[in-house]
Amino acid sequence: MAVRTFGRRSVLSAIFLFSFATTAWAAPSGQPIRIGGTLALTGGLAPTALLHKIAGEIFVEELNKGNGLLGRPVEWVLLDDQSKPDLTRSLYEKLITVDKVDLIIGPYATSGILAAMGVAQRYNKVYVHHSFGMPHLAKYEMHFPTASFGPEPQKSIPTTVFESLAATSKPPKSVAIVTSKFPSAQYQSSGAKEIAEKRGLKVALYLEYEFGTRDWGSLAARVKDANPDLVWIGALGLDGNQLLEAMKKLDYTPPRHFHLFPAPGPLAVAPDGKNALSVTVFEEHPPFTNNPGAAKLIPLFHDRAVKANVPYPHVETQVAGSWAAWQVLEAAVTATKSLDDKAMAQWLRKNRVDTVIGKLRFDGPNNYGDDLFKVKQVQDGKWVVVWPREFTAPGARLLPP
Amino acid sequence: MPSATLLGQSIVSGLLAGGLYSLLALGLSLSWGLLRLVNLTHFALALLGAYLTYQLGHVFHVAPWLAAAAIVPAFFLIGVALHAVFAYFRVAEFASLLVTFGLAVILESLIQWFWTADYRRYETAYATMSIRVGPLFIPTLEMLACLTAVVLAFATWAWLRFTYVGKALRASAEDPAMAAAFGVNHRAQAFLLSGVSAAYAGIAGTYIALIATLAPSQIWTWLGVVFAVVIIGGLANPIGALLAGLLIGVSESVTMAVVTPAWAPLVSFSVLILILILRPGRV
Repeated sequence: MAVRTFGRRSVLSAIFLFSFATTAWAAPSGQPIRIGGTLALTGGLAPTALLHKIAGEIFVEELNKGNGLLGRPVEWVLLDDQSKPDLTRSLYEKLITVDKVDLIIGPYATSGILAAMGVAQRYNKVYVHHSFGMPHLAKYEMHFPTASFGPEPQKSIPTTVFESLAATSKPPKSVAIVTSKFPSAQYQSSGAKEIAEKRGLKVALYLEYEFGTRDWGSLAARVKDANPDLVWIGALGLDGNQLLEAMKKLDYTPPRHFHLFPAPGPLAVAPDGKNALSVTVFEEHPPFTNNPGAAKLIPLFHDRAVKANVPYPHVETQVAGSWAAWQVLEAAVTATKSLDDKAMAQWLRKNRVDTVIGKLRFDGPNNYGDDLFKVKQVQDGKWVVVWPREFTAPGARLLPP
Repeated sequence: MPSATLLGQSIVSGLLAGGLYSLLALGLSLSWGLLRLVNLTHFALALLGAYLTYQLGHVFHVAPWLAAAAIVPAFFLIGVALHAVFAYFRVAEFASLLVTFGLAVILESLIQWFWTADYRRYETAYATMSIRVGPLFIPTLEMLACLTAVVLAFATWAWLRFTYVGKALRASAEDPAMAAAFGVNHRAQAFLLSGVSAAYAGIAGTYIALIATLAPSQIWTWLGVVFAVVIIGGLANPIGALLAGLLIGVSESVTMAVVTPAWAPLVSFSVLILILILRPGRV
């Protein structure tokens, strides 16, 4: 009898295990889950948005190589917002009402994200995004950011940067702040001015310029004239490179220069980029690479980025932030076993999500969690984290001027 | 108040930036003034020239001057071909704005398809070279671009003023029927002028590759200011385009030094509006 029972149990276990295995590793099937979003595939933001596109494509491919989402394949309906917030808004409206996507994911950069947030709110869609720099404007209760600089980046980022520099043998005494009028850059740079003054640094110069400026010579002349110990460049893309180059033409190199949102590759490899400072949530060295997700992402991204002709095919803050956004969306769907926006939002607000940039929480002011940003520096043509000390690359330290 | 050195350096910087504006404006001014074609493809061609210079230099290690020697005649032919299309479809002045806008968008997409949307920078040993004059620094590449603009503006002015072809082109623009009655073959000369305009875009492109960072969307970066230069300088007036470019460059630059950089873009359009009010009928 006992033998027979054992036999039945074995058979049942085998059937259960077989059915579990076939469910767990079966290719996804059925109607695809459609995730809609836009990216700046053209226009001024396109160079950085390209990194988000590659990251998203890899993530969706990897999902579909596995079990998809809820056993169904995933389709990313990606549209080009041309770096225009007004178009971004219309495209999200189209994605939700015409294309009838199941889920949405945010576009690249603050102005586009804010434009689409209103649409997400109108249709009560969970809105995960990766690059929004003005948390105080994000009032929608179902938005979930993976740009993890906490609820007050205009304070937390400058504080981290100035603290790191104060800990060096030659702390700066004066700062020149030159910032693009791009909303998040201007917002965080004006915060840097306040924090600098509070910390007793002399703000020798504060300049705002239009996004898309052509004449860097005059800006460089003003920085040279101010002769600060540190230049804070609140810039996007290659603005920082151009300003450094223009200063070099005036036979001037600032002792220290910090770049808020640089295109990572060109600054790292440019001769003028030596010792440049910036902030990050991820770089390709321990302890960041100890994350199992990172180990998977790095070779995949490198391979794809090289094929796409990306000059700096490394995973850094943009790529990692993007990957984390997809991870958050996947976690919410998997945990709630549904595509119900309200259920997903509820779950996200109550739970932490383990991502490539760390554990994210969304229960702080305006759904912002911890400030995970660190200071990085260009050393030997690569970005390495140099502050805080527990995150520094092996053997690295913040180099003085 | 800014120091004398800062002010002087800003004026130098403005003059050199203005030189590049003029270089870009020359071809546009000619095609608009003499062919009655508002050719937005001109900006796309300039950027294509920049990307080709980058590609030849970065990948094949061809010196930019040699690259320009190949690009300029090739662009001349492209200009001729473009005009053949415009002539075949009898594209009128206003329609040309729409047609060439479409062509520029197509070229932008092609550039993006080939070079991706990522930034490209043509690193050269002389990119940061400058000549020192007292306390002021004159960046070498920008100075060369400005000198090229000066030479081309005067050469084009002389060509239009003293040669038969130039006089014929001006006559056709003024009164096509009367010019034809005097035996002017406007059709043939229009091909020549279109080729020359495109070749100028190629020259501007070579300098853009050496001076600026390249991204496909940059096609539109220059649009507003160059249009202002063309209108302020007067259509088909090469010396006017040169002076207008320098005026706007210096105005923007001094605004950046004395007031705030954020106000600089307002300057070109304020000057444009002012001139259109004081001297209407320039377009």
